[in-house]
Amino acid sequence: MKSIVDFRVKEVSPCGDRAVLLRLSAPGAMPECVPGQFVQVRVDGSRDTFLRRPISIHWADTAAGELWLLVQLVGEGTRRLGQLRAGDSLNLVMPLGNGFSGLDALRAAAAAAGVSEPKPLLVGGGVGVAPLYYYGAWLKARGVEPTFLLGARSKGLLLQLEAFEAVGRVFVTTEDGSLGERGFVTQHSVLQRERFTGIHVCGPAPMMKAVASYAGAEGIACEVSLENMMACGLGACLCCVEKTVRGNVCVCKEGPVFNINELTWN
Amino acid sequence: MADLTTSIGALGLRNPVMTASGTFGYGIEYQDFIRLEDLGGIIVKGTTLRPREGNDYPRMAETPSGMLNCVGLQNKGVDYFCSEIYPKIRDIGTHMIVNVSGSSPEDYAECAARIDALERIPAIELNISCPNVRDGGMAFGVTCEGAASVVRAVRKAYRKTLIVKLSPNVTDIVAIARAVEDEGADAVSLINTLMGTAIDIERRCRKLSIGTGGLSGPCVKPVALRMVWQVAHAVGIPVVGLGGISSATDAIEFLMAGASAVEIGTANFLDPAVSVKVVRGIDAWLDAHGCASVRDIIGVAE
Repeated sequence: MKSIVDFRVKEVSPCGDRAVLLRLSAPGAMPECVPGQFVQVRVDGSRDTFLRRPISIHWADTAAGELWLLVQLVGEGTRRLGQLRAGDSLNLVMPLGNGFSGLDALRAAAAAAGVSEPKPLLVGGGVGVAPLYYYGAWLKARGVEPTFLLGARSKGLLLQLEAFEAVGRVFVTTEDGSLGERGFVTQHSVLQRERFTGIHVCGPAPMMKAVASYAGAEGIACEVSLENMMACGLGACLCCVEKTVRGNVCVCKEGPVFNINELTWN
Repeated sequence: MADLTTSIGALGLRNPVMTASGTFGYGIEYQDFIRLEDLGGIIVKGTTLRPREGNDYPRMAETPSGMLNCVGLQNKGVDYFCSEIYPKIRDIGTHMIVNVSGSSPEDYAECAARIDALERIPAIELNISCPNVRDGGMAFGVTCEGAASVVRAVRKAYRKTLIVKLSPNVTDIVAIARAVEDEGADAVSLINTLMGTAIDIERRCRKLSIGTGGLSGPCVKPVALRMVWQVAHAVGIPVVGLGGISSATDAIEFLMAGASAVEIGTANFLDPAVSVKVVRGIDAWLDAHGCASVRDIIGVAE
């Protein structure tokens, strides 16, 4: 069930060159959520940060009432979020949208690929890595080993590498070659060496389109998490639509995770 | 606990707070947050005779204390509404009012006639003021004859409470209000969004897919309030006030300006529970000021 919850900020820590990790704790019971879902954060409702900001869940422990958000400082709203301090209150509407594929879908994709165990590849670009940490940890806790392929323009924009390494194998690309292989995620050599049963992507649109194109050509099941601009986050305002084979649908309600076969990218 | 009941013509409301079309889905989207039956009414998403895909993305731009949208009446058409949505909302315990839009007087009338047949829909809000579609909507709402022609056609086809939603994008909104009153509208609601635009200075282009959109949010409130006051003092039919309402204080201002009821729109995006907070806030204000009924404050502002 969706709720409006006032979280308390436990810690704000810098992350890479221009992002922060917000660790939040729920005052009471925290709503159940799954990897791939997002929250709508009330910044302060002031003149320039009027609407809520949709931010994907970086990690959550419902029982412990703990929620992490990874926030890239790109505009006035996220800049204000970066200025939060321990003890501050943060108003969230959550959980919103639908998550990444569950175990049944992963096993079905593995079976379709002719192997017994799922071997998912989680591909992230920039701050788009945020929901993949939650998803990877969730998979690992259920006996599925995730592999991460993370890309950014340069080393300083690669976020949470150590956290990802604690959860699964991590492969890295940077456009300037400052860490990992030089180039885009779609050029990483691991894609030549290994065969994955499913690809789960979150990042900038050009990157997601390139990965979706690769997955389509290779016949690998692929889902992407979109971040269209939205106002309500509830499927009411119809602002965040994406064209699909079913017509325009709300990313906030029907997504944010979509199987690439539903989209009209190709 | 003051008496919060009010009415729009023959339609009695539990309280004066409704939610505005296009900001509240079909109500269902908000039922995790509030008890829908605590509202005076819910005005559901704009419905047209035939399905509409709406405009391309991007459809939204944040602006100072507000937002622009150019959704463009995306909906699955009145037949889908009647067969698929109506059964899911018919038993919600408040007035479910359908916002109706169209491209010709005949379209509007046909759509209204289909909804007239739905037992649990007691009223429609006729949208002659959508700024985001080329082939209708606001085209009718910006002239007295255009507005009158739609209301005339719909009035013949629709027997229940007919509310006409007016555009602020006109020189004289009072003249339009009088024109629709003359054609038999039971009430007017105002204002729809104000036409505006926003520019991305890095990309040097307009932010919205069709260039322009409708402005809503607290930034439009003074304009809306002025128009409500003017219209309420010029027509004999009830006025429903909307435009930037996000608190009980805002709502009371509209009631004092002459609105018999109000609608809450964009504020639902910021706080999905704001509508019932406004109901409680009006009640508390009336109690604190010794008012027995909300009707005691309607139109008191001179």
